[in-house]
Amino acid sequence: MIILIVRRLLIGLLTLWAASVLVYVGTELLPGDSATVILGQEKTPEAVAALRAKLGLDKPAPVRYFNWLTGLLQGEMGNSLVSGKPVADVISGWVKNTFILAGFTALIAVPLSLFLGMLSAAFPNSLLDRSISITSLMVVSVPEFLTASILVLLIAVNLQWLPATSHLTANATAAATFKALIMPMATLTIASLAYMTRMTRAAILDVLRSPYVEMAVLKGVPRGRIILLHALPNALGPIVNVVALVLGYLVSGVVVVEAVFAYPGMGRLLLDSVGLRDFPMVQALAVLFCGFYIAINLLADILAMLTNPKIGEEG
Amino acid sequence: MKAKRPPLSKWGKAGIAILSIHLAIAIIGPFFAPTDPGEILTFIAFAQPGEEGTLLGTDYLGRDLLSRLLYGAGLTIALAAVTTAVGFVLGVVVGFYAAEAGGRIDTLIFRVVDVVISFPPILLALVIIVGLGSSIPVLIVTVGIIQAPRVARIARAVAMDIGTQEFVEAARARGEKIWSILIREIWPNSLLPLAAEFGLRLAYAVLLLAALSFLGLGIQPPLADWGALVRENMAGLYYGGWSIIIPALSIASLVVGINLFVDSLLAQANRDVSREMLQ
Repeated sequence: MIILIVRRLLIGLLTLWAASVLVYVGTELLPGDSATVILGQEKTPEAVAALRAKLGLDKPAPVRYFNWLTGLLQGEMGNSLVSGKPVADVISGWVKNTFILAGFTALIAVPLSLFLGMLSAAFPNSLLDRSISITSLMVVSVPEFLTASILVLLIAVNLQWLPATSHLTANATAAATFKALIMPMATLTIASLAYMTRMTRAAILDVLRSPYVEMAVLKGVPRGRIILLHALPNALGPIVNVVALVLGYLVSGVVVVEAVFAYPGMGRLLLDSVGLRDFPMVQALAVLFCGFYIAINLLADILAMLTNPKIGEEG
Repeated sequence: MKAKRPPLSKWGKAGIAILSIHLAIAIIGPFFAPTDPGEILTFIAFAQPGEEGTLLGTDYLGRDLLSRLLYGAGLTIALAAVTTAVGFVLGVVVGFYAAEAGGRIDTLIFRVVDVVISFPPILLALVIIVGLGSSIPVLIVTVGIIQAPRVARIARAVAMDIGTQEFVEAARARGEKIWSILIREIWPNSLLPLAAEFGLRLAYAVLLLAALSFLGLGIQPPLADWGALVRENMAGLYYGGWSIIIPALSIASLVVGINLFVDSLLAQANRDVSREMLQ
């Protein structure tokens, strides 16, 4: 068991390392480098060469990668080319905003979808189940920017309850933060709710088909009791997996949603930095995004190992 | 031996109908377009549907939205189909081979597959596209790379499942070569689950490509797929928003069509669309 977990951790680290290489190579392929971006208009060949030497850009690529990686491991991510401030200082506020957005979405979507999924599974093929199934299938098929646009049209343009974009400053009041959060959160919640409800339903139905549930049915145990006491505990592993998949979805989902609402989070900062060719920022943010995603999957796999006694026996 | 084809549900049939309409629009749509997609029809941007002699209104430059939508259909569907085909072929070949080869080769291949799957798809696309610049070949390769390991995982599971059956054991006992077993024994018997997987991946590709175009990382002007139409008209959100809602709904209905069809295929195999779209 412990060997399995350690092995999974090692694979996670390997993946993270692969991510760092890929991110570095990706940004290295961009035309120009930090020196030409910083100098901008004043880039005489001599000035560029001098700055390259100062920043260590004249060294071969593997050396530069190694320097960047060791810096990253010590929390030293270099300076933003646009603002000149350390990357870590610039991104921390934006990272926090993304965490608030994703966190609140998960807090609402996870319990609600577990409830809807169980309700759906409790009455399979009923009108309720079929409507939940088909509605969630439709929602899963809708791009986030459509949900977001409809919300903006309804709430901001027609009803004028909220501003269309989320202007949020670093030291906004709690009320302002909440207002800015509502629509991005609603967009992400609608999508994750649909995904999770369907998966929860499938996981519970899967367990309901097992022999011990059949036994309970034959014994005459009431249906609600079967679902809560027999099916749910055994569906825990799959449900943990479902939650992890949705958290992983949120990592990608925030990029689009933050772009639609101009919400000041990591995703928007990443897209802006790409546009501004701010290499240190792009590198740091891309590695952070991959890191979160990898960590979520890692945690889910380990939890799945812990909740599944079968895996323990084999290990 | 041929597996009996299970009947499609009525939702599945509705999915096929929606898909057929989209395909028809993609193929013959441009012939019915009232104007050239690049032609600036009027100086009135974001005209409402029905205004300025248009059916669906105008875009941010005063171009006919219907014409741009009809011309964009082919690009949207063809690009999704090609990227999916690339990822699918690669994934099936790798997954099948790993399943039948087994042992070290299988372990090694799937270490790599696991690593690639561990990247958040949109970030992987962003990093590759930022590095290489966006073009149709880059998009095909990028989405192909994202799809292939996910297809490989399913293909391997399917091949392993079929591989335990007697007729495959018999082929192995006869000393058939690995590719011969894969092509003659396993492939013909895995068509149904793989068809469902292809559909799933197609829906996924449509959504991913739309998101990339929306973020400005996908199809570049003057070409425009439906995702790009949404992006370029975002300013129109305050002028009624039809120029955003119509292309976005076109994307959504395409994916709904695919997913309805796939869902009714998957329901028989105890699999679910939502789970596999997230993986």
